[in-house]
Amino acid sequence: MSDKIPVTVLTGYLGAGKTTLLNRILTEEHGRKFAVIVNEFGEIGIDNELVVGADEEIFEMNNGCICCTVRGDLIRIVEGLMKRKGKFDAIIVETTGLADPAPVAQTFFVDADVGAAAKLDAVVTVADARWLLDRLKDAPEAKNQIAFADVILLNKTDLVTKEQLEEVEARIRGLNPYAKLHRTQKCAVPLDAVLGREAFDLERILEIEPAFLEDGGHHHEHDEAHGHGHDHAHEHDHGHHHDQEGHDHAHDAKDAASASAKAHSHGGLKHYHDEEMQSVSARIEGEVDPEKFMPWINELTQTRGVDILRSKGILAFKDEPKRFVFQGVHMILDGDLQRPWQEGEKRESKIVFIGRHLDEAAIRAGFLACAA
Amino acid sequence: MSADAPSPESVSLTEHVTSFALAAHVTGTCFLGETAGFALGDGRVVLRLGEEAREIAAHAGAVQVFTHDAKALYTGGDDGRLLRIEASGDIETIAHEKGKWIDAVALSPTGALAWSAGRSVKAREKSGAMKEITAPSSVRGLAFAPKGYRLGFAHNGGASLWFPNASSPPELFDWKGSHLDVTFSPDGRFLVTSMQENALHGWKLADKKHMRMTGYPAKSRSLSWTHDGKWLATSGAEACILWPFADKDGPMGKAPRECGVRRARVTAVACHPKAPVTAIGYDDGCVLMCRLSDGAELLVRRASSFTGAISALGWNDAGARLAFGTAEGAAGWLDLPPLR
Ligand SMILES: [Zn+2]
Repeated sequence: MSDKIPVTVLTGYLGAGKTTLLNRILTEEHGRKFAVIVNEFGEIGIDNELVVGADEEIFEMNNGCICCTVRGDLIRIVEGLMKRKGKFDAIIVETTGLADPAPVAQTFFVDADVGAAAKLDAVVTVADARWLLDRLKDAPEAKNQIAFADVILLNKTDLVTKEQLEEVEARIRGLNPYAKLHRTQKCAVPLDAVLGREAFDLERILEIEPAFLEDGGHHHEHDEAHGHGHDHAHEHDHGHHHDQEGHDHAHDAKDAASASAKAHSHGGLKHYHDEEMQSVSARIEGEVDPEKFMPWINELTQTRGVDILRSKGILAFKDEPKRFVFQGVHMILDGDLQRPWQEGEKRESKIVFIGRHLDEAAIRAGFLACAA
Repeated sequence: MSADAPSPESVSLTEHVTSFALAAHVTGTCFLGETAGFALGDGRVVLRLGEEAREIAAHAGAVQVFTHDAKALYTGGDDGRLLRIEASGDIETIAHEKGKWIDAVALSPTGALAWSAGRSVKAREKSGAMKEITAPSSVRGLAFAPKGYRLGFAHNGGASLWFPNASSPPELFDWKGSHLDVTFSPDGRFLVTSMQENALHGWKLADKKHMRMTGYPAKSRSLSWTHDGKWLATSGAEACILWPFADKDGPMGKAPRECGVRRARVTAVACHPKAPVTAIGYDDGCVLMCRLSDGAELLVRRASSFTGAISALGWNDAGARLAFGTAEGAAGWLDLPPLR
């Protein structure tokens, strides 16, 4: 298990700073050796011994479904890299700006050889604080990348006002409240913010609370990123910005939310609802019946999987001393019994979906009907 | 091992095996006369004559693909180079595809050579005349037809047959899915590919009739024709699976044969060049020889999982020696004792 090579997927719209992050990872003193799979080979200097040019060949699987796709080139490259086993400790896959992260992620679940050799660590999305709101309006790929992410670097925060930053962050949270969000300049983050996340490791899916609740509204500012002092965003308002003092947020129209997003505020903290892409969570304060839940989740992901980007759940099955944990990408589900419920731990069941046009009421009702 | 099979301890060839460590994934192995050649995942090629080993730093990366003829081995690397290396150690650089990997290489019986790098497929006649074509997707499998200057290449959506010297476009043999390796039956009547989804696909060239060969628990990436061309031995199951190709319609409607059934996955197969015998390598490092007439097994190498899965097998032309290598860099050869 543990000798599987971890794979970090870097996504982000054109110009957001993916290559900056990549070079930062590669040049930091960490003693790790990376194999880097890039899409535009040779165009940008990448300071690494082992760089492989890929061509993002998306192959459909034989079930004829449009969301069931894998990266054929990645299967070939990972297989080839395994011939050099021992020469690198981790793989980084940089996708094109227009790429959908799903086929990359699905490759690790669908291809048994790739899955035996390597494990997906996290999908890290770099977003441009200045242009993300525009891209969310005109580029479905950008929205996909945000919704799919485990870690989001909201980069170039020095190029926007504080209000613009709050705005774009609220929009990100409207799409994906579960990702770890880091405000960055020049992608300055400690490496452990983007590497070794184990976001796809069932053993590590401990909590699926929205990240911003879990963190008490903290932004992940990188004051701890010693050695990159000039890149720090020195901001200490913890996101609860009742104060509208001073800053000129009257730049232009792009600080307005996109037409499809509705904002409302609770005591100053903005919430956005994106009409296309949402997250839906549901909780049962107790156990579920696996005889009901398994058919339901299979049916839901088979029929609605095209629109479900990511799913996760931690469940208390009736008469089962262990927690059942699952995760999914579109129709592909990966689930297992995990550690035992602990003494005093509340046996409850929770699921989360991120996707397009999700029928929140139906998902909730369907899940609640699985109660034991 | 099936319950009624003789215990491998009783019919063992292990005392005739010479073993050594090569410290890198063995991509391919063969014999060039008395010299055994091993192409490795750290870019080296090791030429070994008896106790004497000669190391050649052939590639800057890994040897990704490998083939050979009687005189030389041909290695394609992720440094983009395609090399021809003789037993003497002489190296010739045949191609350098900058910034790409060599993904497949194939030789024709008449000495033509083909290789692929991404979607680019190149064929070179013995005279040196070269032709190039762009495939619909990256090509991982190449094979020359047994007769004529005709090249098969596998790709997403099927396989194509190309006459490099003709102006006509390649002829497509379509089947949905991603096709990896490709091979012609020795009589030239059938084309077979291995696929992404744990299956083989075959076409009868005359009428393009399809053959689905399924039931594998893993991808079948090692394919070898028996010496008489009647069976195709394949990896990917917990036995060597042999498909019958002697009849007019090949394996259509027929069940395959199994030999060397064990609780380990077959990762490499190599049919003996002269006898109905197949060498079978497993993911636990075991190597067996299996006689097809009665399924009798001979143990060549004991399972030893920490030395890795068998990744390469190769007979010498006479069928008296068998070289092997593993994914973790163990290697060796068997010198078959005179038959009793
Ligand atoms: Zn699908």
